[in-house]
Amino acid sequence: MLIIKDLKAGIEGKAILKGISLEVKPGEIHAIMGPNGSGKSTLASVLVGRELVEVTEGSVTYFGKNLLEMSPEDRSKEGIFLGFQYPIEIPGVSMVNFMKTAVNEHRKHKGLEPLSASDFLKLMREKKELVEIDSKLANRSVNEGYSGGEKKKNEIFQMAMLEPKLAILDETDSGLDIDALRIVANGVNKLRRPDNSTIVITHYQRLLDYIVPDIVHVMYDGRLVKTAGKELALELEEKGYDWIKKEADNKY
Amino acid sequence: MEKDQDKIINDVTSGEYKYGFYSDIETERIGKGLNEDVIRMISGKKNEPDWLLEFRLKAFRFWQTMKMPRWANLKIPPIDYQDIIYYAAPKQKISAAGNGEIDPELKRTFDRLGIPLEEQKYLSGVAVDAVLDSVSVKTTFKETLAELGIVFCSFSEAVKEYPELVKRYMGSVVPYTDNFFASLNSAVFSDGSFCYIPKGVRCPMELSTYFRINSANTGQFERTLLVADDEAYVSYLEGCTAPMRDENQLHAAVVEIIAEKNAEVKYSTVQNWYPGDKNGKGGILNFVTKRGMCRGENSKISWTQVETGSAITWKYPSCILRGDNSTGEFYSVAVTNNYQQADTGSKMTHIGKNTKSTIVSKGIAAGHGQNSYRGLVKVLKNATNARNFSQCDSLLMGNRCGAHTFPYLEVDNQSARVEHEATTSKIGEDQIFYCNQRGISTEDAVGLIVNGYAREVINKLPMEFAVEAQKLLQISLEGSVG
Repeated sequence: MLIIKDLKAGIEGKAILKGISLEVKPGEIHAIMGPNGSGKSTLASVLVGRELVEVTEGSVTYFGKNLLEMSPEDRSKEGIFLGFQYPIEIPGVSMVNFMKTAVNEHRKHKGLEPLSASDFLKLMREKKELVEIDSKLANRSVNEGYSGGEKKKNEIFQMAMLEPKLAILDETDSGLDIDALRIVANGVNKLRRPDNSTIVITHYQRLLDYIVPDIVHVMYDGRLVKTAGKELALELEEKGYDWIKKEADNKY
Repeated sequence: MEKDQDKIINDVTSGEYKYGFYSDIETERIGKGLNEDVIRMISGKKNEPDWLLEFRLKAFRFWQTMKMPRWANLKIPPIDYQDIIYYAAPKQKISAAGNGEIDPELKRTFDRLGIPLEEQKYLSGVAVDAVLDSVSVKTTFKETLAELGIVFCSFSEAVKEYPELVKRYMGSVVPYTDNFFASLNSAVFSDGSFCYIPKGVRCPMELSTYFRINSANTGQFERTLLVADDEAYVSYLEGCTAPMRDENQLHAAVVEIIAEKNAEVKYSTVQNWYPGDKNGKGGILNFVTKRGMCRGENSKISWTQVETGSAITWKYPSCILRGDNSTGEFYSVAVTNNYQQADTGSKMTHIGKNTKSTIVSKGIAAGHGQNSYRGLVKVLKNATNARNFSQCDSLLMGNRCGAHTFPYLEVDNQSARVEHEATTSKIGEDQIFYCNQRGISTEDAVGLIVNGYAREVINKLPMEFAVEAQKLLQISLEGSVG
């Protein structure tokens, strides 16, 4: 579904991604690991169309279409979801209102009628149970005053509501205690279907105990320097990133 | 990043004013200029009694001694008061049936504005007084209301039919000496609405006045007077629009409200006068004096305003809390986009004991807009246990606009409790992007965020208008994010 070819991108003239190639097939879970500052979040930004990142070379094809030409909202409506590393607070806008607008925009895109208020609330209830989110959160403003864990759970809740084809979870595990981590991971696992895919961006192996990846990539200095099966994550946990850095530094 | 922000701001500020059309209606106009003869002419056209002409002339003579106020945080273009037409009235074609039907062109005008003048077509439970330029063209549901003893008619009609009521209350809250624009209005006011709710009556429907400026070079000077007698209740709404023109047009209105013992008046405004174009050309200069007097014990006056229009807005809906235990409220959302300027707020004067006031002001500035809150909370010596809470929030979009707050406090009673809170925030690019990533377009995201910000005020509007106001907020800011 997603084919990235030799992607190079930067922010304000500074090269960050230095040639990334990656293919994600339906049903796969990819983990992208790597030390801080290696470009993991920048890759996520390119995929969802954040304007501050400038693509200088390469291509990204999503279901045969040129992803880079699509607006951020169209990418969302075509099924790309980003679980934010730092979810944004929007004071005054209730979760209900926010999600209703989003869900109905997605439905409109598919040529469906907007959901009635009661159907919408029913859907919200179902999905809330799925991700074990506190039902009171829905009446509060988007992310306002949420704890770190609540914010991350709220991201997974939104993912459940929008049923993406490609979910990108950017450091979803950061700032989570072990219980919250389990809830978030369970949510992701329950949402897994043979036709949807997930890219899990993470720093630590921890999350991958719960969300088992098919393929693990290591990103370092803007490149995917190693790709292997899930056992790679364990190896990294044991040996750290230094040996990979050394390997890569010799190569480039 | 700055460049992106500018681009988004430009995208969102490109919204167009939707009521800018002009109707070709045969209109009777007098010549430009202002002097005592013009005032006599206006008064004569309306067949007014001598006492009213006297009132006008006194006001005019006083006005001539006054200077335009300069204290507001506004850049006001020079206004040539001799270059304005002070009276313009649509010539109504008398229908063949003679059943008081109105000119089809007039009807079409109000239809286009979404204000059908046929009773059965309008939102159920809302009576309308439609004012075009200097005169009221139609008041609906007059008979239904009359059954309850409620008077709802044009000001001119009230002068003829209920002179005693008009005499007793007109100028009692806003005297003709009050301020430059109120004095001018007192001299030349043309029409407006009058409403009297008798003792013990709860008005069963929303009353509303819709003001439309149509003629060019004309000033609109309407006057509204609302009286709620003991134990009475009324909810009132005012709406306004004008055609798009390159030159500024002057609007100087006066609204007076009187609430007697245990009475309650809710006054809501959705002000959408033509704001001028994107470069600040044209637009209505809106100088309005609105004041309510809580005369009786336990009375309550509540102002709610959504100000999206006008090139310049100078307006401070206020309450004089004279009756013991009386309550005054002011809820405001004011939007300034492009080159619009607003200096608006409220004045709460506590005179009676245990009086209570609330001010909630939400300013939104975008483009090059300048938005000022100006408020005075005054507690007089005998106002024991007076309480006030003021909250002034400003929301900025982009980095070329400005928000200013000028709160004043004058407290002469030790037992008073006065609180003031203020915040300033910005719609962040990251908030917009977060919405985008969930499939919500930038325009809709701004609408969501702004309406969320203004929710506390919008919720105070009558249901039917709350929806309208939400849409209006979004339209006025179309294109302006940052």
